[in-house]
Amino acid sequence: MDNNTLSSKDYLNMDLLRFTTAGSVDDGKSTLIGRLLYDSKAIFEDQLEAVEKSSELRGDGYVNLALVTDGLRAEREQGITIDVAYRYFATPNRKFIIADTPGHIQYTRNMVTGASTANLAIILVDARNGVVEQTCRHAFIASLLQIKHLVVCVNKMDLVDYKEEFFNKIKKDFEDFSSKLDIPDLHYIPISALHGDNVVEKSTNMPWYKGGPLLYTLENVHISSDLNHVDSRFPIQRVIRPLSDEYHDFRGYAGRVEGGIFKAGDEVVALPSGFTSKVKAIQTMDGPIEEAFPPMSVVMTLEDDIDVSRGDIIVKPNNQTKVGQDIELMVCWLNEKALVQGGKYAVKHTSKDVRCIVKDIRYKVNINTLHKIEDDKNIGLNDIGRILIRTTGPLFYDSYRKNRATGSVILIDEFTNETVGAGMII
Amino acid sequence: MNSYHLTHLKQLESEAIFIMREVASQFEKPVLLFSGGKDSIVMVRLAQKAFWPAKIPFPLMHIDTGHNFSETIDFRDKLVEKTGAKLIVRSVEDSIKQGKAVEEKGPNPSRNGLQTITLLDAIEEFQFDAAFGGARRDEEKARAKERFFSHRDEFGQWDPKNQRPELWNLFNGRKHPGEHFRVFPLSNWTEMDVWQYIALEKLEIPTIYFSHDREVVNRNNVLLAKSEYITLIGNEQYEQRQIRFRTVGDMTCTGAVESAASSIEDIIQEVAAARETERGGRADDKRSEAAMEDRKKQGYF
Repeated sequence: MDNNTLSSKDYLNMDLLRFTTAGSVDDGKSTLIGRLLYDSKAIFEDQLEAVEKSSELRGDGYVNLALVTDGLRAEREQGITIDVAYRYFATPNRKFIIADTPGHIQYTRNMVTGASTANLAIILVDARNGVVEQTCRHAFIASLLQIKHLVVCVNKMDLVDYKEEFFNKIKKDFEDFSSKLDIPDLHYIPISALHGDNVVEKSTNMPWYKGGPLLYTLENVHISSDLNHVDSRFPIQRVIRPLSDEYHDFRGYAGRVEGGIFKAGDEVVALPSGFTSKVKAIQTMDGPIEEAFPPMSVVMTLEDDIDVSRGDIIVKPNNQTKVGQDIELMVCWLNEKALVQGGKYAVKHTSKDVRCIVKDIRYKVNINTLHKIEDDKNIGLNDIGRILIRTTGPLFYDSYRKNRATGSVILIDEFTNETVGAGMII
Repeated sequence: MNSYHLTHLKQLESEAIFIMREVASQFEKPVLLFSGGKDSIVMVRLAQKAFWPAKIPFPLMHIDTGHNFSETIDFRDKLVEKTGAKLIVRSVEDSIKQGKAVEEKGPNPSRNGLQTITLLDAIEEFQFDAAFGGARRDEEKARAKERFFSHRDEFGQWDPKNQRPELWNLFNGRKHPGEHFRVFPLSNWTEMDVWQYIALEKLEIPTIYFSHDREVVNRNNVLLAKSEYITLIGNEQYEQRQIRFRTVGDMTCTGAVESAASSIEDIIQEVAAARETERGGRADDKRSEAAMEDRKKQGYF
């Protein structure tokens, strides 16, 4: 835990865990994050002093650790988190990126945004209130965004005298509900963020709990197999042509590996052209590398000079993407202006830009009960629904379940240029 | 852990390279804002990697306040020579002469805020549509809310309450004529990550980051270097101290720390043990609780 013992060698071997936290107002989320940051020494003295000073000015009865994360003037004034706040801390094994998102229903879009890049989600439940509507909504969003690891923190255990039955009841209620969801790895931890029970150190107040504290779980959850190492996907961002004397005929394809593994000699096919070739080399400025895997940014050269450009994707001949113009999406709406049936939007999918028309709104999801509402076609801000779009050109895609990168799109309003929809391909 | 595993620093590197390639492809005239500080030095290295073996496909631009440490300027010129990058310099001094900016009054007039005027003018002059900055979310609470692709209206203003949601790795750089983007590839890096990367890549940095003897004055617990831009007040006196700088900014507002750290390894040890943020020494941030947010809304870096 002590940063002072971190040597450079350790530092260069650390891996990265991105997690999101969701909870409702007053469930102690900010206190929990404050404690993780403070106990891992990621809050500095000048930051703490500033927080102490403003807590006092505001007349807060205690050092309000929420002020560490609520950075904007409007947030501090209103005492709410408006936007996703990103926070960072590290232990000797792992570096952590927290996407701290407000939990209220009107901030569903922020939760979705934070969840889109997360490996793990923490959901806070107040031990006194049990599993409530918000808990279910948060779990649904985590599942929809295909977060593989979920940690349910039953907080404020101190207020129920650290009694096991409260924890067990919540665990059972959550299990009943989550059986309808797609969450492969579930953890339950009884904590008190305020007193630090089972946050960083194992609590002595709950000897009946045999598992590790939260930080232990965050440090040890196994994430390296979460990325898709089977289906090779290399969307091209840019063609590199130096046109210099030294690299006169060099033609390389710059991109990030979004699935599978590529190595020199591999047979590949470029889509949409369908031309096949072999990987000549995987290049970087530091020299050629043997194998490229997610999420490496590399330059790929091919044996043959084929026509490939930005928006195309390189895959393996025996494992290609789906192709199509009629795409079924689960969409989370991010804008005040509701989704328009028959409306046209710009679409971004990997490095490809197309346009689309919304052909059909299949149904809206009641995000608290998961019921499909087929007679409600009004998908407004923070709503989630299933839609069918038709794109101007074919997309080369996978289902979001199979691959987050090749299975996600954003919809953009062509007049305001705002990002209005987040789509997950079914 | 299997062998198909990327360390966190390599993941951050890959993310930054991805962002730079997106910008070069989505925009017509990007520019990299270069201060000579450690973050912008890391940015130049990442830009080299992103487009190798081609050259960096955009120029670097330095907004020169005229209050820089001379070591920074020397370093800047050497780096440009070595990398073959194109450098544009625009100076706050010129903006003042043209009457577009007015020098602050007082014992250490800061040109920090004035940079915004020069920067926005330069963006307009060259019609840049995307400007890379080396800002990180861990630096400051307003910066913690920044997007990778940060939209600016035609006045260069940031509207923090009305930012575009940023999902997955899909970056929306669409804009109306006259608007531009600020892009922050190092958003997810911490101060420690930057230092570790400098060590890993064996990057050269300006000498003022290392321990040296210098005359400084203690003003409101910020140690300011002796320079022609600072006037002593009351009983203030310069004294010789062994110091170094954690950030590179103007001589008028960049505080020194007492330190014997003379190598990157020493600095890393010091950063690991530090109990104050690197901007804790920045007089410009101490002006008010939302000083950074206010400057950013106007179009600051």
